Amino acid sequence: MNPIAELKQVTKAYGNFKAVNEVSFVLEPDKIYGLLGRNGAGKTTIMHMLTAQLFATSGELTVFGEAPYENNRVLSQICFIKESQKYPDNYSLLDVLELSASLFPNWDRTYANTLVQDFQLPLKRKIKKMSRGMHSSVGIIVGLASRAPLTIFDEPYLGLDAVARNLFYGHLLEDYAEHPRTVVLSSHLIDEVSQLLEHVIVIDKGTILINEDAELLRGRAFTVAGSAAEVESFLIGKTVISRDPFGALLSATVDGTLRAEDRKQAMAKGLEFGSVSLQQLIIHLTNGKTERKAADL
Amino acid sequence: MSISIDDSRPIFMQIAERIKDDIIQGLLPEESQVPSKNQFAAFYQINPATAAKGVNQLVDQGILYKKRGIGMFVATGSRTLLMEKRREQFFEQYVVTMMHEAEKLGITAEQLSDMIRRGGAKP
Repeated sequence: MNPIAELKQVTKAYGNFKAVNEVSFVLEPDKIYGLLGRNGAGKTTIMHMLTAQLFATSGELTVFGEAPYENNRVLSQICFIKESQKYPDNYSLLDVLELSASLFPNWDRTYANTLVQDFQLPLKRKIKKMSRGMHSSVGIIVGLASRAPLTIFDEPYLGLDAVARNLFYGHLLEDYAEHPRTVVLSSHLIDEVSQLLEHVIVIDKGTILINEDAELLRGRAFTVAGSAAEVESFLIGKTVISRDPFGALLSATVDGTLRAEDRKQAMAKGLEFGSVSLQQLIIHLTNGKTERKAADL
Repeated sequence: MSISIDDSRPIFMQIAERIKDDIIQGLLPEESQVPSKNQFAAFYQINPATAAKGVNQLVDQGILYKKRGIGMFVATGSRTLLMEKRREQFFEQYVVTMMHEAEKLGITAEQLSDMIRRGGAKP
């Protein structure tokens, strides 16, 4: 199948600073991607380049097989919901929905109305008079009802409470199941969104740290804790992601799966084992204390 | 049934385990229809592709089978099969772990068997 988007060695530099540094990845059709990473890692820059709002300094970037810049064939198939989308001052929600209906070929009016009701938004209120959370809900409604073949949400939940965020996740899954499309979800609420993701791309300091099937990342690492000496001898020959000493004790995160025999032997020596969630794994890999680059993992 | 998914293990394995549990407990009788991948996705709030992977694993193992255009069903004989497997695992998973902990706490074999009898007598 042809990829939805492809980046080859894409760099975006501002003077000497490389916001995005030789990033390569592919977005395949009909998958939900997580674009994860800390603030300032380069996520938004990548999304801006995908949606032709920024030029890459170097490298090759194609979306739906073509260069996206000023290319309406490509841009009409993309819906990009920004973190703080601006609308003209006098626009009401109704105006935004009308505009969206004209912009997106797959726009579903009935679905949009259902979403407006579910998120309990006032149709006639001016967008600029809406609260931060309501403003975010507008973006979510536009993003979902656009049914664009490539839909990108950049931190879409600012100011949304847990109930509204769950409403978003539920609707996203349900509508995606009925109308499969490629979705990119940029988020730092990793624990909340990780279950929705089929593929995870983690950006750190402008480069790709992880580009992997989400299921392969779950259970890929484990923690071991106990007396420092015992833990250190256990760690020999293993890939250590992080070490957290605590007095005479040591807790370490190890890349790889634990064999049953190893576990049994180590437990007999008083070591304890724990599991590592996707969020914990990413935190360990991006907190700067990393002993080894994830590229080696 | 617990609805929380553990994010430190592959989710497809957890879906497969839950279906197997439901078959063993009789909640999903043989020849009954299993929820679709989209129903699993909506219920557990997980990616439909992940749910499909869990279901397909059980199809590969012959525990579920596909009726074209209708959905997935529990194969006849799968409950017996699953229970046999579970019994084999029971020793490693429960008995060995229990003995290990009992040893740590200085519980004798006699005290232990007494406890098991008492536990079994509970309503």
